Amino acid sequence: MLKQLSSIGLLATAGLLFAAAPQDANLKNLKGVVKIDGSSTVYPITEAVAEEFNAVAPKVRVTVGVSGTGGGFKRFVAGEIDIADASRPIKKSEFDMAAKAKIDFIELPIAFDGLTIVVNPKNTWCTSLTVAQVKKIFGASGSAKTWKDVDASWPATPIKVYSPGTDSGTFDYFKEVVVGKDGAIRSDMSVSEDDNVLVRGVTGDEGAIGFFGCAYYFENKDKVRAVGVDGGKGAVMPTIESIENGSYAPFSRPLFIYVSKASADKPEVKAFIEFYLKNVARLAAEVGYVKLPDAVYSKVGANWTANRIGSQFIDPKGDHITGSLAEFYK
Amino acid sequence: MAAARSASTRLFQNRAFLWLCLLATNLAVLALAILVVSILWQGWGTLDWDFLRSTASRKPENAGIIVPLWGSVWVCAICGLVALPLGVGTAIYLEEFARRTRFTRIVQTNILNLAGVPSIVYGILGLTAFARMFGAFGSGADAGIELGDPESLFYLRLPFGSSVLAGGLTLMLVILPIVIISTQEALRAIPPSLRAGALALGATTWQTVWGMTLPAAVPGIMTGSILAMSRAIGESAPLLVVGSALFLLATPNNLMSDFSVLPLQIFNWAQRPQAGFHDLAASAIVVQLVVLLAFNGVAVFIRQKLQKPLL
Repeated sequence: MLKQLSSIGLLATAGLLFAAAPQDANLKNLKGVVKIDGSSTVYPITEAVAEEFNAVAPKVRVTVGVSGTGGGFKRFVAGEIDIADASRPIKKSEFDMAAKAKIDFIELPIAFDGLTIVVNPKNTWCTSLTVAQVKKIFGASGSAKTWKDVDASWPATPIKVYSPGTDSGTFDYFKEVVVGKDGAIRSDMSVSEDDNVLVRGVTGDEGAIGFFGCAYYFENKDKVRAVGVDGGKGAVMPTIESIENGSYAPFSRPLFIYVSKASADKPEVKAFIEFYLKNVARLAAEVGYVKLPDAVYSKVGANWTANRIGSQFIDPKGDHITGSLAEFYK
Repeated sequence: MAAARSASTRLFQNRAFLWLCLLATNLAVLALAILVVSILWQGWGTLDWDFLRSTASRKPENAGIIVPLWGSVWVCAICGLVALPLGVGTAIYLEEFARRTRFTRIVQTNILNLAGVPSIVYGILGLTAFARMFGAFGSGADAGIELGDPESLFYLRLPFGSSVLAGGLTLMLVILPIVIISTQEALRAIPPSLRAGALALGATTWQTVWGMTLPAAVPGIMTGSILAMSRAIGESAPLLVVGSALFLLATPNNLMSDFSVLPLQIFNWAQRPQAGFHDLAASAIVVQLVVLLAFNGVAVFIRQKLQKPLL
């Protein structure tokens, strides 16, 4: 019942959005350019939306780049692009740059990426880890050399750690959750920018442990085994349901698009964002990510219609705040 | 007795050296062969006309490479057309005209150093100098100065923005030192007697260069250019900095068009989670190799046309 109600809410929001937007027939003749750049993690979702959008508005030229979240924000605050794809909330430094350049923006969370911790299938002992154990394995100080160091009942097999590139948003998010902003992740890891390399690494090494976005896990369930995460309320496995409802804490990572306010007033960008919000739940799932709860989508839709400027992750004083997406988008 | 042993030792050394060289050659060829065969093995199944004609898609079976393919062709053509005359010209000046002064020594040292600069640095330079033009024509997405119709072939705007022209010029910066150095080496390899002969018959320096040294140096220059172009076509980092897109539905229609390039698309497909995209990455690598061979083919053709036998 609740779910129905919220989906009615979503429909109503979508209806509202579309009342203000050009009608479908007008979309066919809508012209213009929508420039997007940013995270390569968000890219598959934006690519899918842009591909579908082209079918309804063939004369709007949408371009999507993959400069990375940081690179995207740099171009965003320079006013070169309309929309920035981001695999993490905007940083304080980027927020300040935007304020300095007088670029107002609207923050729109669009999907979840559940960071999945995986081990080799031959690893029979480790089925779940507490956040403290994750820190013991991945943290720089007092890091575990063998599995026995993590739990005395486990064998003394050496631990081999596989991690995404240290420049990636995936790494940033994992680091902040595990060791906090000022902590450090151990440096004796095998690092690769290509998560498929991590999958191969963990597949070939009995003592291996690694982490990456859930899409890579869902595609390789036969090669690697996911480990449950115990955030204090018992071990939770990464599944579409547990990532969506937030019980897979703290590793449900939100993905965002940031729209410049000046661009949002342009009809082609407005139409694109409305199309984005209407279709992203389905398309995100199709490319391997997890949709947000319907209640969050309707809040996001409302923020968009109300042109709500700023980030939920930066408080009015300009300080970075941490917390889960569901809290911010109640 | 001692002499005989020394002879057999020398012959043995000769044979051993031959085998070492053969081994080195074969290892290099073998590595290349394994690479090509495995790429063909993985990519052949998805390599068809639809793949060459289609644009990007979230579904591997619908995705194609027409946009990055034409993007690479435009960017590399611009890069080659600008870098070759500039590079060869600089090398001719330094080798044939300039006296050895402090100035030319500084230029020479700089060129040698530039050849070793990581390409992403040129990307930052290209972004500032070509894409943004130091902010001299305003900043942001709006062009400061526009000439012509954006849909026509003769559209120009300042600053260049993230366009094929900005991308091509950035790659030009990357390969310019390589072109200059290889051309200089080619010119140095020409016997001085050739120049002396021409000059003795009363030819000017220009006539000597155009009639004697340059034609004789063409094979060396073209070999260097092929290596340089091979590097240009494989670059993605500097273009990413300049602002090359990845998802794009239109192929370039003028120098100011947005673009994507093959290496960027290959990397993106290779790192996607779905196995279907990995096959597409292999297919795109095959296409990239063919484009590279085509560019090299043009270089070989030019070499055949311009080459004069050294008598």
